[in-house]
Amino acid sequence: MNTGDEMTTTTRAQDPIEASIDPSPATLPPRIVPVGPGRTADDARTGSPDVAGVAAMPKVAAEAVSITYGTKLAVRDVSLEVPERSILALIGPSGSGKSTFLRCFNRMNDLIPGARVTGQVRLDGIGLMDPDVSVVELRRRVGMVFQRPNPFPMSIYDNVAYGPRRRGASDRAQLDELVERSLTRAALWTEVKDDLRRKSGLALSGGQQQRLCIARVLATEPEVILMDEPASALDPISTLRVEELMRELRELYTIIIVTHNMQQAARVSDRTAFFNMGEDRAGYLVELDDTRTLFTNPKNQLTEDYVSGRFG
Amino acid sequence: MAVVGEAAGLAGLHVRPALRDRLDLPRRVVFLAAASMVAIVFVLLGFIAWQGVQLFVQNGYPIGSVISTTWSPQDAPISFGVLPFVAGTIGVTGVAVLISAPLSIGLALFLSEVAPRWARAVVQPALEIFVGIPSVVWGWLGLTILVPFLRTNLNGLGFTLGFSWFAGSLVLSIMILPTITTITYDAFRAVPQDLRTGSLALGTTRWQTIRHILLPAARAGTLTAIVLGLTRAAGEALAVQMVIGNRPTMPTSLTQPMTTLTSQITLDMGNTVFGAPDNNVLWTMGLILLAISMIAVLLIRKLNRSGGRR
Ligand SMILES: Nc1ncnc2c1ncn2[C@@H]1O[C@H](COP(=O)(O)OP(=O)(O)OP(=O)(O)O)[C@@H](O)[C@H]1O
Ligand SMILES: [Mg+2]
Repeated sequence: MNTGDEMTTTTRAQDPIEASIDPSPATLPPRIVPVGPGRTADDARTGSPDVAGVAAMPKVAAEAVSITYGTKLAVRDVSLEVPERSILALIGPSGSGKSTFLRCFNRMNDLIPGARVTGQVRLDGIGLMDPDVSVVELRRRVGMVFQRPNPFPMSIYDNVAYGPRRRGASDRAQLDELVERSLTRAALWTEVKDDLRRKSGLALSGGQQQRLCIARVLATEPEVILMDEPASALDPISTLRVEELMRELRELYTIIIVTHNMQQAARVSDRTAFFNMGEDRAGYLVELDDTRTLFTNPKNQLTEDYVSGRFG
Repeated sequence: MAVVGEAAGLAGLHVRPALRDRLDLPRRVVFLAAASMVAIVFVLLGFIAWQGVQLFVQNGYPIGSVISTTWSPQDAPISFGVLPFVAGTIGVTGVAVLISAPLSIGLALFLSEVAPRWARAVVQPALEIFVGIPSVVWGWLGLTILVPFLRTNLNGLGFTLGFSWFAGSLVLSIMILPTITTITYDAFRAVPQDLRTGSLALGTTRWQTIRHILLPAARAGTLTAIVLGLTRAAGEALAVQMVIGNRPTMPTSLTQPMTTLTSQITLDMGNTVFGAPDNNVLWTMGLILLAISMIAVLLIRKLNRSGGRR
């Protein structure tokens, strides 16, 4: 069912000239597990160079990304890398472009009239800004959870099966299995298993809705999950459950999360990026480091002021 | 009154003012207006219902006599079969909606999901002007352009086409297009943006999102639009009458002349004497039309309620 207007093919070539002469159109290639000789999973996690001095290929990377809305510059020249199976937290004051920046990893900015992204974003080294990238395929591999839970007005089961069905999954037993696995992973299965098909996704509590939305993303079997303040609309207990969930998901997925809650960033993330607004009100990356270091021993005075609550 | 006095004496809070005080002047005016409104509607309904049964009460025709396909109000044997008109109304309206609904829903989808802002800014006022064009103008256009066009250009296809069921449905379909389009458009706009982004973020195409999220979520509104289009078409008299040919027989073919409840009523009402059977049967036809639109109104209410609950 991948026959939409947004469906195009992708080549590995980044150079436009190379791309145009590449005779073999292919979709995004399957995920590459960047565990080379002499590297351990832990190296991959922290992104530290291995003994031989060769840096691991990051799962996702932004290279000199700037984003404008019309004439307004919202994000200026951000470059960063996220190693596979790690959690990166984006923190910073309101309006510093965190959501805008997050949306460039699954090209959701394409949907906003007037938004323009320059620079390059890579998934497994493949340039996502290339015109021949299939955004449909990209968004399946890079899922997104929104600030406000947005379950579809249909049953819990249909919500979770939505993504797989749209790409042609119809085998009943396989879908059942996928739905159960996704809901289990999202820590919702035991609460909803008795009326999966009868109960609407809208009839759940806010925290359950958000976990349903996470399950819905997991069902499309993504590699990267983007979360934009996923717990900000939730009560403390639901928030804890979602945080717990994130730590479990880290074993399988690469996660980028935007949060205003610094304890949350400290609790769940491996590394933290601090964004700030410049004089021109454009957001930029001030500092990125291991979460512990960034919170306890930041290099930049602005970061120090922000994490100690002196501004923002 | 004793209770009121006691309460007032106790706290001075639970004072229950007399009805006269509660209905102060502005309220009384509004209340009167509303009440007279309701009264007028009921009087009219009662009058039409009363007139609608006079054929059976005053003129002594059995109720079964109108359930016939023979319409012969002047020449013996006299017969007041209204089935050709009922079938004609249903037929011409049904085909009009079949033509108009897909076009309107497509246009509404385009406006709501695809069109750039400037296109919306052009099309929306155009639709409003569309609604404002009087039906006699549509009929006149149909009579002077559509019917001759059909006659001269489509006759090579092996049938004659001029004043016909098809011509009537075509004129009607254009007339109800803005109604269905604007209401469907509103239904699409009422679907939260979150749902669209949520669907697209899961790696679905725009078309899949329309098909599986938007259309189901806007289902009640779309059906309401279609039913409103149906009632508007069923009630339309003038434009239809001018292009349909007005032949009081059961409709058999899209290419043949036919007739409807409304066009027969407008044609005959001036030529009959109040109280005579051939006048009373027109009231009966009016009553049938009223029943049809009441059913439609009930349907809309039911659709909207079930839509709101989800
Ligand atoms: N759809 C849009 N159209 C135009 N400007 C936008 C849009 N979305 C965001 N902006 C602008 O871009 C800038 C960055 O916004 P963004 O939402 O990315 O900030 P944020 O860091 O996520 O803030 P918050 O913490 O409040 O969510 C702001 O100045 C905002 O006004
Ligand atoms: Mg934000």
